[in-house]
Amino acid sequence: MTESQTSTGFTPGTRPGDAPLLEVKDLQVEFRTKAGVAKAINGLNFTLHAGETLAILGESGSGKSVTAQTIMGILDMPPGRIAGGEIRYRGEDLLTMDEESRRKLRGRKIAMIFQDALSSLNPVLPVGWQIAEMFRVHRGMKRKEARAKAVEMMQRVGIPGAEERAGDFPHQFSGGMRQRIMIAMAIALDPDVLIADEPTTALDVTVQAQVMRLLKDLQTEFNMGLILITHDLGVVADVADKIAVMYSGRVMEAADVYEIYGKPGHPYTQGLLNSIPRIDDEGGRLRAISGLPPSLTDMPSGCPFNPRCEFATDRCTTERPELRLVAEGHLSACHYAEDVYAGTATRTRRPSPTGAGMIAGSEEAPE
Amino acid sequence: MTRYIIRRLLQFIPVILISTLIVYALVFAIPGDPIRALAGDRPMSDAVRETLREQYNLDDPFLIQYFKYIWGIVTALDFGSTFNGRPVTDIIEQRLPVTATLALVTLVIQTIMGIIAGILAALYRDRFFDRFVQVSTVTMVALPTLVIGFLLQLIFGLNLGWFPIAGVNNGISSYILPALTMAAVSTGILARLVRSELLDALKSDYVRTATAKGMKQTRVITRHGLRNSLIPAVTFIGADLASMLGGSIIVETIFNLPGLGQQVFASIQGQEGTVVVGIVTLFVLFFVVINLIVDLLYGLLDPRIRYE
Repeated sequence: MTESQTSTGFTPGTRPGDAPLLEVKDLQVEFRTKAGVAKAINGLNFTLHAGETLAILGESGSGKSVTAQTIMGILDMPPGRIAGGEIRYRGEDLLTMDEESRRKLRGRKIAMIFQDALSSLNPVLPVGWQIAEMFRVHRGMKRKEARAKAVEMMQRVGIPGAEERAGDFPHQFSGGMRQRIMIAMAIALDPDVLIADEPTTALDVTVQAQVMRLLKDLQTEFNMGLILITHDLGVVADVADKIAVMYSGRVMEAADVYEIYGKPGHPYTQGLLNSIPRIDDEGGRLRAISGLPPSLTDMPSGCPFNPRCEFATDRCTTERPELRLVAEGHLSACHYAEDVYAGTATRTRRPSPTGAGMIAGSEEAPE
Repeated sequence: MTRYIIRRLLQFIPVILISTLIVYALVFAIPGDPIRALAGDRPMSDAVRETLREQYNLDDPFLIQYFKYIWGIVTALDFGSTFNGRPVTDIIEQRLPVTATLALVTLVIQTIMGIIAGILAALYRDRFFDRFVQVSTVTMVALPTLVIGFLLQLIFGLNLGWFPIAGVNNGISSYILPALTMAAVSTGILARLVRSELLDALKSDYVRTATAKGMKQTRVITRHGLRNSLIPAVTFIGADLASMLGGSIIVETIFNLPGLGQQVFASIQGQEGTVVVGIVTLFVLFFVVINLIVDLLYGLLDPRIRYE
């Protein structure tokens, strides 16, 4: 198998004969910074089908938000630059499309919800107006008709008293209600693909669950493909069909949600899952992954995770592992994926219980 | 809202009382005898001088003079008169249109030029036009008004002959050079303000949202970016309009416009306290009213502002 086949072959959950809504192939995005070129995304691949929820999981700086912005075409360029790859929506490459055709897809076919609804909504325009703008611009509706549709959307996402509140401004709503308004705006034109970038991170835990439930319901109702970008493992477990775990701008592991949670095939994923605090854990110390993600301007050679990995060998520092199948529909980019998957991998470093013992793992964490 | 306005209006009273008192005290503090200055070299009999001094309460202590003056305004709307017997209100009535026209033309020039320059500079950031705006605005702000006035008179008045250099006998074109002079500093500040505000807005999350909604670039900039970035500009323009009357003193003197500013200057020299106080009081009143209007307008433009 050639390298390109390996990387583009990542299609967990693919239903044969079913054309994907969105295909990201070997995407590479970099940023020009004073410290050099930061490679935010290094050969990213995934596919998304109608009605499917793909969670992109990763810590800050792993490239998940850049992925979302690149698909939407709202990446700041410069300093951003798409260095290669394709993003195909229903077979058509968005990256080679002219700006006007792309604009018409934006918001109408591919919509996005942002993390901070307060700053993402225009502070000086009524929320009803902001939702109605979708109908006015994309559908050419008259003011009144568009407003009625906006109120309808607000009702659909569960905003009480939608009719009266359509004239209110974003700051007059609670955080949860504001996120619902963002959702109403995003789904107004019944998009095929909805990208939600950390949609619940800024919300209270109780409100988080409601908003996620709403997203899930709407997805089923409209048969949307949903890309859920998050660092929250709890959120993912509830709603995702499949998960792609990102690290340093690459997919480290991808599989359906049960596989990932039950039998992680990559040490990084394992570390993430282990870092979830457990109520029945007696030690009381949080088990963080030791070390920090590598600098995007100065990537380690070999596997980007090797400086932090418990199982790293000499091979890991020289040779970069490609994504490959470890089980059906389960991909992992680790030289020892099978062993990790089976739970038989050999530790080469002492796991640090607190994360205080840093990268080399040579220091003992203070007890 | 109504309560807010009433409270603000009530605040006008102490502001005006204090400012008139200060101006009155300053005029009072000018050394010399105003009556003697009025008489000049001509001989004046003691009887006439005494009568005049009495008529204008010049022998009373300062505070008594002041209270008599305020009392006259409150009870009879009498703003006093010049030593020649001409009522101050008469002077204001005659000279206000000149100053008002000057202020209005200045306002139009600086608003249009400042905002357009600021927008274009932001949209063509770091390109030639932006650099040009940056350099020219610094120059405009840094040059003293006097220098700008003389330069404009020299270039557009004398050399090119496009506009008259003094007086008000040529209709609106008489006001172009004085207004340009007065607008220079504010145009520069306004252009820089609009530029930085618009750049901030274009980087904001809500502008990104508007793009993600599939809006055209022009719509994103005008409806979402510009709308917000012009709010501070409105405040600046208002505050500037309010202080423009002060600026008119220099400009009206340079261009020999028979407006209030020139009158104040002349009256200070002639130690005509009542005229100075009357006109300055008008300036102060104008200042506080404009500020109130700006504050109300601000609330209209930015729904996050509450009046309490």
